[in-house]
Amino acid sequence: MDYALLWFVIVGVLFAGYAVLDGFDLGVGALLPWIKDDDERRVLYNAIGPVWDGNEVWLVTGGGALFAAFPPVYATVFSGFYLAFMLLLFALIFRAVAIEFRSKEPWPWWRRWWDRGFFAGSTTASFLIGVAMGNIAWGIPIDESGEFAGTFLGLLQPYALLMGVTTVSLFMMHGAIYLHMKTEGALQARIRRWINPLIIAFIVCYAVVTLATLLYIPHITDVLRAQPVLFVFAILLVLAIANIPREVHHGRDGRAFLSSCATMLLLMALFGLGMFPHMVYSLPNPQYSLTAYNASSTRKTLHTMTIIAAIGVPIVLAYTASVYYIFRGKVKVTKDSY
Amino acid sequence: MNVEILSRIQFAFTVAFHYLYPPLSIGLGLVLVMMEARWLRTRDPLYHNMARFWTKVFGLIFGLGVATGIVLEFEFGTNWATYSRFVGDIFGSALAAEGIFAFFLESGFLAILLFGWDKVGPGLHFFATCMVALGAHFSAVWIIVANSWQQTPAGSHLELHGVPAPAGYRLQPEDLGHARMVIDDFWEVVFNPSSMDRLGHTLVGCWSAGAFLVVSVGAYYLLRRRHLEFARSSLKFGLALGLCASLLSLATGHSSAIGVARHQPSKLAAMEGKWETGPDAPLHLFGWVDTKAERTHGPAFPGGLSLLIAGDRNQVVTGLKDIPPDLRPPIQPTFQLFHLMVAIGFSLIGLSIWGCLLWWRNALHDPTRPLTRVFLLLAVPSVLLPQIANQAGWFTAEIGRQPWIVWGFLRTSEGLSKVVKANQVVASLIGFGLIYLLLFLLFLYLLTRKIQHGPEPVEESHTLPKAWMKQQRA
Ligand code: HDD
Ligand code: HEM
Ligand code: HEM
Repeated sequence: MDYALLWFVIVGVLFAGYAVLDGFDLGVGALLPWIKDDDERRVLYNAIGPVWDGNEVWLVTGGGALFAAFPPVYATVFSGFYLAFMLLLFALIFRAVAIEFRSKEPWPWWRRWWDRGFFAGSTTASFLIGVAMGNIAWGIPIDESGEFAGTFLGLLQPYALLMGVTTVSLFMMHGAIYLHMKTEGALQARIRRWINPLIIAFIVCYAVVTLATLLYIPHITDVLRAQPVLFVFAILLVLAIANIPREVHHGRDGRAFLSSCATMLLLMALFGLGMFPHMVYSLPNPQYSLTAYNASSTRKTLHTMTIIAAIGVPIVLAYTASVYYIFRGKVKVTKDSY
Repeated sequence: MNVEILSRIQFAFTVAFHYLYPPLSIGLGLVLVMMEARWLRTRDPLYHNMARFWTKVFGLIFGLGVATGIVLEFEFGTNWATYSRFVGDIFGSALAAEGIFAFFLESGFLAILLFGWDKVGPGLHFFATCMVALGAHFSAVWIIVANSWQQTPAGSHLELHGVPAPAGYRLQPEDLGHARMVIDDFWEVVFNPSSMDRLGHTLVGCWSAGAFLVVSVGAYYLLRRRHLEFARSSLKFGLALGLCASLLSLATGHSSAIGVARHQPSKLAAMEGKWETGPDAPLHLFGWVDTKAERTHGPAFPGGLSLLIAGDRNQVVTGLKDIPPDLRPPIQPTFQLFHLMVAIGFSLIGLSIWGCLLWWRNALHDPTRPLTRVFLLLAVPSVLLPQIANQAGWFTAEIGRQPWIVWGFLRTSEGLSKVVKANQVVASLIGFGLIYLLLFLLFLYLLTRKIQHGPEPVEESHTLPKAWMKQQRA
C-alpha cells in the first residue's frame, strides 16, 4: 500500500476536520463584537461551550499525526514559522481561558476584558492559520539540508496575508451559519441578516485568492491543468456556497450548516490536491521541497499508525457524533452554563 | 544567553506549568468517579452534591491543562526541530495515539460531565465521568512512554543517511540532520525498560495530588465549621485515596530507583551524590554536595543505597568519579530535588496514616480535640506537598538525564532548532512568562473563590435535574 499517500490524506483530513469544526467556533469569536447584550453574548459562548475543546483536539491530533508521519515537515515548518506559531499559541491560550473565565464573575469590566480576549484570540488564530496556509501554498525558502531559510517578515507577503483575510471571512461566515442554527427569536433574526453579507465577503476574497493563485503560483496551476477533474471540485464548491442562502431562506438551518461544512471540506480538498505530493514547496529551489515521499517516516511506523487510526478513528467519530447529538437543538443558558 | 539555555528554560517553564494541572485532573477525576459511584449506590443527595461541587473545580483545572498542553506539542517542533526529526519515527506515533485515544475521549465526554447533568440520565452521566477519568489516565500513558523511551531507548536503531549505523556509533556534528532513530518493534518501544515503572509512579503521584486537594478543602471547612457533612465526607474520600497513593508512591518509586540504577548509572550517582565506585553505598537523609572537593556531606544510612537497589549491601554502585565530566548531569539540583521528593513522600505517608487513625477512632470530625485540630491544621496546606513532589520528581528525572536528550544517542545541545535565534526565544519566553503569571493568579483567585463559595445547599442541588429525579422515584 502507498502509506505516504494514505498519510498525506489522513493528515489532510485531520486539518480539514479542524477547519470545519473549530472554524465555526473561531468564527463565533470573531462575530462577538456585533452582539452587545450580555445575555445574548452568553448564548454565543454556550453555543460552542460543550464542543470547542473537542474541536481543538483535531488540531492537536493533526499536529501529532504530522509529527509522526512526516517529522521533517513538522520540524521545518514549526521552527521556520517560530514567531508566527508563538503568536498562534498565545491566541489559542487566551481564547481557551476567556471561554472558561468569562462568566465566572458578574462585573461588566471583567466580562468586557475576556470578551476582548476571546475576540482577539479567535480572530488572530484564524488569520494566522490562513497566513500559514498561504505560505505553504506559495512556497517558502528551504535550504539543501531541509531547513527554513527565510525570515519572519518574509512570511508576511501579500498572498499569505490575503489568505489570512480569506480565512477570517470564511470562518465568520461558517460561524454565523452555526449560530443561526443554535439560536432562536430576535437574536436569530439578527444573525440571519448577517449571513448574506458574510457570504458575499467570502466570495469576493475567495475570487481574489483564486485569481492570484492562477496568476502567480505556477506549481499549483500546473496540477490543475494536468488534472481537469479538479474543476469538478471547483464547481461543487460554487454549488455548495450557492446552496447556503437557499437553505437559510427556507428555514432549514441544519442543512445550511452542512452546506457550509461541505464548502470548507471542498476547499481543503482542492488545496490538498493542488499541493500533492508536496507538503512544503521550496522556492526558489523546488528540488529541496519536502514531499510526502521524501519526508515520511518509515513504512513500519506508518503501518503501526494505520492500525492505531483504524481502531481509534471509528470510536472517536462515534462519540463525537453522540456528543453533538446530546447537545443538539437551541442553546439554553442554565446554571451549569458558561 | 544562548539559544540552548533559553530553549531549555522555556521548555522547563512551560512543561512545569502544564504539569500543575494534569495531576489534579487525573487525581480529581478518580475522586469524581468514586463519589458518583457512591451516589448511584446509596442515592444519598450528599454524594450528588459533592460530585457536582468537585466537577466544577475539575472544569476549571481542566481548562488550564488544555490551554497549556497545546504549547508543549508545538514546542517540540518550534524549539527542538533537530530532535523532532531525529525521534519522529518513534515518538510521533505515541503523540498521535495520545490524541486519538486520550484527548478525544476526555474532551468528548467532558461536555457531558460538565453540562450534561440534566441532559442525560445518571447512568450515562456516570459513564461519562468514568470516560473522562480514563481519558485523563490515558493522556499520561503515551506521553510517559515517549519520555521513557528517551530515557531508556529500546526497540529501535540509529540510521545515518538511510542506512543502519554500526552498534555503539557516536553521532558526529556532521551527521546531524541526516541521522534518525528508526523503529524495529512497536511493543519494545512501548514497554521499554523504564516506561511501566515510571507510568505507575507518575499516576500514583497524580492520585496524591487529587486526593490531598480534597483533603485540604475538607479540613478547611471543618476548621471553619462550614458545610460539615460535606467536609467530613470529602475528607474521607481524600484520605482513603491519599493513603493508598502515598504508600504506592514509595513502592513504585523504589522500583523506579532500581531501574535507574540499572540503566542510567550517572543519574543514580547524581541523585545520591555518590562519588566513589564501590559496595556499601550510603543513602542520605538529606545533605549537601560539594562538587569542588567531590564529596557529599550529610547524615546517611551506611549501605542503604546498595540495599535499596539490590537488597544486598555488597552491591557495587558506580560513582561520579568514574563518569567522564562531560557525561555527568548537574549534580546539586538532581540530589536536592530527589531528596525533597522522597522527604515529601514520607511526610504524606505519615499524614495520611495519622488521618486514617483519627477516622478509625471516630475523632476526625471533632476539631476541639487537640490531635484532630493539629491534623486539620496540617492538612489544609498539604495540597501543596504532592504538587511540589511531582515537580521535584520530574526535575530529578529530566535534569538527571542531561547531557542527553535521547540517552546515549543525542545530546540536548544537538537537538535544537538551527534556524531559531536567541532574540526570538527571548521574546516568546517573556510572552509565556507574562501570560502564565496572569493565568496562574486568575486560577488561584477563581479556585479560592469557588472554595469560599462552597457547595450548593443540598436541597437545591437535589431538585435540579429532572431526569435524575424521575429515576429516583422509580
Ligand atoms: C516525551 C517527552 C517529554 C515529557 C513527557 C516530559 N518532558 Fe521534560 N523534557 C523533554 C521531554 C519531555 C525534552 C524535550 O526532551 C527536554 C527539553 C530539553 C531537554 O533536555 O529535554 C525536557 C526538559 C525538561 C526540563 C529541563 C531540564 C534541563 O534542561 O536541564 C525540565 C525541568 C522538564 N523537562 C520537566 C518536565 C516535567 C515537569 C514534565 C511533566 C509533565 C516533563 N518534563 C515531561
Ligand atoms: C512534554 C510533554 C507533554 C505534551 C506535549 C503534552 C501535550 C498536551 C496537550 C496538547 C494537551 C491538550 C489536549 C486537549 O486539547 O484536550 C494536554 C492536556 C493534558 N495533558 Fe499533557 N502534555 C505533556 C505532558 C503531560 C504529562 C507528563 C501528563 C501526565 C502525567 C499530561 C497529562 C495531560 C492531561 C491529563 C491533559 C488534559 C488536560 C488536563 O487534564 O489538565 N501531560 N497535554
Ligand atoms: C516515597 C519515596 C519516593 C521515592 C523513593 C521516589 C523515587 C523516584 C525515583 C527514583 C524517580 C526517578 C525515576 C527516573 O528518573 O526514571 C522518581 C521520579 C518521580 N517521582 Fe518519585 N519517589 C518517591 C515519592 C514521590 C512522591 C510522593 C511523588 C508525588 C506525589 C513523586 C513523584 C515523582 C514524579 C512525578 C517523578 C518523575 C516521573 C518519573 O520519572 O517517574 N515521587 N521518583
